Amino acid sequence: MSIVVVASGKGGTGKTTIATNLAQIAGLLGEHVVYLDCDVEEPNGHLFLRPDMTKNIPVGIPVPKVDDEKCTYCGLCADICQYSAIVCIKDKVLTFPDLCHACGGCTRVCPTDAITEVERTLGVVEEGLSDNIKFIHGILNIGEAMSPPLIRAVRAEGDKEGLQIIDAPPGTSCPVITAINRADFVLLVTEPTPFGLNDLGLAIDTVRQLGLPHAVVVNRSDPDNKIARDFCRERGVDIIAEIPDDRRIAEAYSQGELIIGALPEYKETFIELFENIEELLSTAKVE
Amino acid sequence: MKEIVVISGKGGTGKTSLVAAFACLADRPVLADCDVDAADLYLVLEPHILRQEDFSGGKQAKIISERCDGCGICMEVCRFDAVKKDIHPDNPGQMKYIIDPIACEGCGVCVYFCPQKAIDFDPPINGKWFISDTRVGPMVHARLGIAEENSGKLVTLVRSEARRIAEENGHPYLLVDGPPGIGCPVIASITGADLVVVVTEPTVSGEHDLDRVHKLSSHFGVPTVVCINKHDINPEVTERIFEESRKNDMPVVGKIRYDNSFTKAQIMKSSVIEYTHGPVVEDVKETWAGILGAL
Repeated sequence: MSIVVVASGKGGTGKTTIATNLAQIAGLLGEHVVYLDCDVEEPNGHLFLRPDMTKNIPVGIPVPKVDDEKCTYCGLCADICQYSAIVCIKDKVLTFPDLCHACGGCTRVCPTDAITEVERTLGVVEEGLSDNIKFIHGILNIGEAMSPPLIRAVRAEGDKEGLQIIDAPPGTSCPVITAINRADFVLLVTEPTPFGLNDLGLAIDTVRQLGLPHAVVVNRSDPDNKIARDFCRERGVDIIAEIPDDRRIAEAYSQGELIIGALPEYKETFIELFENIEELLSTAKVE
Repeated sequence: MKEIVVISGKGGTGKTSLVAAFACLADRPVLADCDVDAADLYLVLEPHILRQEDFSGGKQAKIISERCDGCGICMEVCRFDAVKKDIHPDNPGQMKYIIDPIACEGCGVCVYFCPQKAIDFDPPINGKWFISDTRVGPMVHARLGIAEENSGKLVTLVRSEARRIAEENGHPYLLVDGPPGIGCPVIASITGADLVVVVTEPTVSGEHDLDRVHKLSSHFGVPTVVCINKHDINPEVTERIFEESRKNDMPVVGKIRYDNSFTKAQIMKSSVIEYTHGPVVEDVKETWAGILGAL
């Protein structure tokens, strides 16, 4: 089993484009592929892989429910809670499930067993098939702030074998960490603009902090692509593919088409990218 | 004072470039960069930092190994898989426990239940925030540390500082550059704002994400308008977005053509307004007029 994550600091650099085309090409090459869309706030992979969904699993976290009969209003639950999700005022205990991180501290600390846990739904995980690719994504409920538990649930649904391709959310904070942690390899997608490279720098810092092997794909690159190459040389990271700035790619994307479907001349680019990743994966595992 | 928050759902639709452009058109604005994960507005506005503060979002557990007797209760009570166990280097018969700072959610349950009181629980510094001067007005911005949590709290802090500056000095507008997505930092960016401007693009992803971000702003009762960037990339989807927006009481206030002046301006550390006099500037001006009309 290998876990490859497609990530980037900046949004809109082409994570989903790279991840979906890579999944498709790996599938065509006979690989057992599981595509996991971990951008649960704005999942888009299904628009390109168009899976037939077969499963829908609600995902939640355990939050406290207080039994007023048993409660002595001692306030220990409120003292241990770091998130102000449970508050004790004289003879009333109030809970704020939206703020609860499900650490279980209040339940554990309650001396009269007055607190039980009930499930609060955050979103759903859906599973399906797109050709021979196993497709899994999470959809966060609207208004929900807590995405990491849902991302963990998406990852838990991934098979224990085959090639897992994870489409990560943008940024550098908790949702991204949850999506990339313990991966075998991280592919960082950037574009050769000041914003793209600035955020690539942050993404490199993130994967290095987690100690994960990584390389860069430059999307919308121009023929000489100097600023991206200089940047990557300076940061000591390899560029393993460059996808040119081709208006036809943008148009295919806008209609929800895979590049390798709409523009078969790019198949070779993705086959090469896939082979590069395979090679880097085997080196990373030996190390 | 009116607070206008620019978000997009989908990343890379042009939020930051447009905020920089609107800043050049607005009457004495204050700026806030609330994309604290990947802040880019400073690359265009080149702020001169006047004040810098540390940010601490929450506490973090740390085992003091000299006091730890290896009972393992911390590992039992942790629900975040943050406690790791290893053979003690000095005493192979004993286990040693450490806390993975990246996995730790700062709940403090291990701290409470440790019988040896061997776990420290202090707030680490997990970011910085700044008050700066720029050529277009005051700006509040921040930098969340790598792999840190609590971006929502930092966003709330940046917004409230920017609001304070705007109100104290009688600035008519506060322009907020928001984060992508619909999660915690986005919620922290839009609650209580006067207007949300969603920058979208005519792609199936843009369309899909616009729908989700609009449901979010409706959920929190914030009036919302739409700006379609790169509208000529796919006129058919642009037309669909117009129709959907009409149905959903979310007016399209402007559409902006695809123009690589945006990228060229970025390279020159300029807004598109400062960079060119081309027709795209008219698109941006009309959009800004539409936003003012919606206020």
